[in-house]
Amino acid sequence: MVQLTLPKNSKVKQGKVWPKPEGATNLREYRIYRWSPDDTENPRVDTYYVDLDDCGPMVLDGLIWIKNKVDSTLTFRRSCREGICGSCAMNIDGANTLACTKGMDDIGGAVRVYPLPHMPVVKDLVPDLSIPYAQLSSIEPWLQTVTPEPAIEWKQSHEDRAKLDGLYECILCFCCQTSCPSYWWNGERYLGPAVLLQAYRWLIDSRDEATGERLDKLEDPFRLYRCHTIMNCTQTCPKGLNPAKAIAEIKKMMVERRV
Amino acid sequence: MADMRTPLNKVRGLGSARGGTEHFWRQRLTAVSNIPLIIFFIGFVAAYSGSSYEEIRAALAQPVSALLMGLAFVSVLYHMRLGMQVIIEDYVHGEGWKIALILLNTFFPVIVGAIALYSLLRIAFGG
Repeated sequence: MVQLTLPKNSKVKQGKVWPKPEGATNLREYRIYRWSPDDTENPRVDTYYVDLDDCGPMVLDGLIWIKNKVDSTLTFRRSCREGICGSCAMNIDGANTLACTKGMDDIGGAVRVYPLPHMPVVKDLVPDLSIPYAQLSSIEPWLQTVTPEPAIEWKQSHEDRAKLDGLYECILCFCCQTSCPSYWWNGERYLGPAVLLQAYRWLIDSRDEATGERLDKLEDPFRLYRCHTIMNCTQTCPKGLNPAKAIAEIKKMMVERRV
Repeated sequence: MADMRTPLNKVRGLGSARGGTEHFWRQRLTAVSNIPLIIFFIGFVAAYSGSSYEEIRAALAQPVSALLMGLAFVSVLYHMRLGMQVIIEDYVHGEGWKIALILLNTFFPVIVGAIALYSLLRIAFGG
């Protein structure tokens, strides 16, 4: 059965309250999930105070400020700090998003930061994404053709190129993937919204010649049809994309090829 | 026991079932057929609430009423079976439990449908 409560050793406890920075008047409270594989402690939520006069406006700026000035053991992924690498995806204020593009002023009260939901935690805010990455590789996200490769390039009309808009912008942060209840319950069998959006990106590409084989691999009660249009994916996508629509389009293609 | 399979091994699993579209499509078909049939059913119940046993029996014995009522039973029960199967697959992960519940989920609407259709036939053709 689906497990609706956390196991005993995963129950989140109240953690340490770190001292307020001296002399600071403009403070912002952060409550951050902490867990280390190096001890046997339960996860805890630590409280930090960020000096806004010394820190940028985004949630990621605050995390970096804390790591630099208060607690260097705080662990999280980040790279581009401008919403294109997808590294700093985490659960902020109850919704999955990118810490670098989420402004602190969008959040009322303390900034609550947790790792992406329902993934194994490596440490603190770092989730283990090896299953979603394997799922992405399983759909073979690259151009597949039988026709010998042309001397210059595969041609595509402007109209066909426009069909990739709203799909190619995905940065694979897996905010949508880990927001989907169907993915929580059947994460190893259901491909999930991020991977299905990628699958659709290649199904709809006018240059790709493996559409039928791609559909064959997706046609499965679990791989595709676990999507029940809950729409969390579309609501949470920090890039404003619509994975739910991409999945609906795949289902339409499945019906189209048999009726 | 430590699971030493690779992530790709877990994800590829037993491969694609090459199915599921028929289930998806039939769920949509019965959803559409349920709309007029349930409207008829509610209308029938509303129109004959408070009527006597003989009046309701006579109304159900009309060919149009009997046919629509029979179709409503079949459509709703089939739709229920399809939907319930999805819920079982979502939440029940033990293979034994899952197969047992899917078995019961098929038997239940068949039995309910058989009783309902038999009763309807008795009423329609007298007896």
